[in-house]
Amino acid sequence: MSLLDFFRSKRSTTTAAVARDRLQIVLAHERISRDGDDFLPRLQKELLEVISRYVAVDQNAAVVKLDRGDDVSTLEIEIELPMPTAEQSRATRVAL
Amino acid sequence: MSEVIVVTSGKGGVGKTTTSAAFATGLAMRGHKTVVVDFDVGLRNLDLIMGCERRVVFDIINVIQGEANLKQALIKDKRVENLSILPASQTRDKDALTKEGVEKILNELRETFDYIVCDSPAGIERGAHLALYFADKAIVVTNPEVSSVRDSDRILGVLASRSKRAEDGRPPVKEQLLLTRYDAARVERGEMLKVEDVQEILAIPLLGIIPESQSVLSASNQGVPVILEDNSTAGKAYADAVSRFLGEDVPHRFVSPEKKGLFSRLFRGAA
Repeated sequence: MSLLDFFRSKRSTTTAAVARDRLQIVLAHERISRDGDDFLPRLQKELLEVISRYVAVDQNAAVVKLDRGDDVSTLEIEIELPMPTAEQSRATRVAL
Repeated sequence: MSEVIVVTSGKGGVGKTTTSAAFATGLAMRGHKTVVVDFDVGLRNLDLIMGCERRVVFDIINVIQGEANLKQALIKDKRVENLSILPASQTRDKDALTKEGVEKILNELRETFDYIVCDSPAGIERGAHLALYFADKAIVVTNPEVSSVRDSDRILGVLASRSKRAEDGRPPVKEQLLLTRYDAARVERGEMLKVEDVQEILAIPLLGIIPESQSVLSASNQGVPVILEDNSTAGKAYADAVSRFLGEDVPHRFVSPEKKGLFSRLFRGAA
């Protein structure tokens, strides 16, 4: 190892390494869902149906976020519940 | 026993037509009766890369629709014996391609040719699906770049689930990776995905590495398949890949940057 290489190794990871890691993560997820259809829109619709049996909710006020991680993925569903007064309005979070 | 080979990638612009032209020419040069079929209906380009654009009379859609027979539509290459081209239609759209029509043409081609190379259009829609549907082998052309690798992975999924071999429950399409536009100097600097990385991610055997080369453009400018350019590194790499495809054990070249001598360093601009 030359002196130059010693200093180089201290540098942050190369862009090629970043590309490899990103591909490995995204493809691992895409391969799982390759044959199954995308369930998120249905999940959102069905959750809204259940909640609207109990409270009046705005069908457009649902936000579904998915963060695909290396070890853990999080699915975050945020549904705004309209309240009589603005002060009381708050959001309910369901984390899966 | 004839073989149908699809050259596919998912992503556009990675070198499918360049590869189809080079590979078909290489197989014919090795003495195999070969036909290369353009499946990119509406965006025909194989004729230009093969240098036969002025000799196109009928095309694959004419044959499917019974307006011409296969013999009339096939163009014999003037440079290489045993090589023919079946052009795509430039005026119709992809809906004119039918599964039955393609099957009939391929069966007829199987009677005459040893290898039928199918140049797939980009994407995963009808044209691309029909190009791979009847394949026995697939050459997956990939650039060392994130979007190309992802699209290749997607195409591998389609090959595994939606090809005729998969539907019939026969042995799967034999998939091989051809990494194109590889720049060993950039790989060494950590700016480009390594061949090992791409191979590990896609997990299919490596058929060849085609180095980034200026001769690919100059060959296409002239309508000459790059494999016929004797002094081109890309041409040599394609010839190696053809040998590997035919079962020969050929080491991979152009995987590390060219060592520059003092002379070429001094006269870098002139080289």
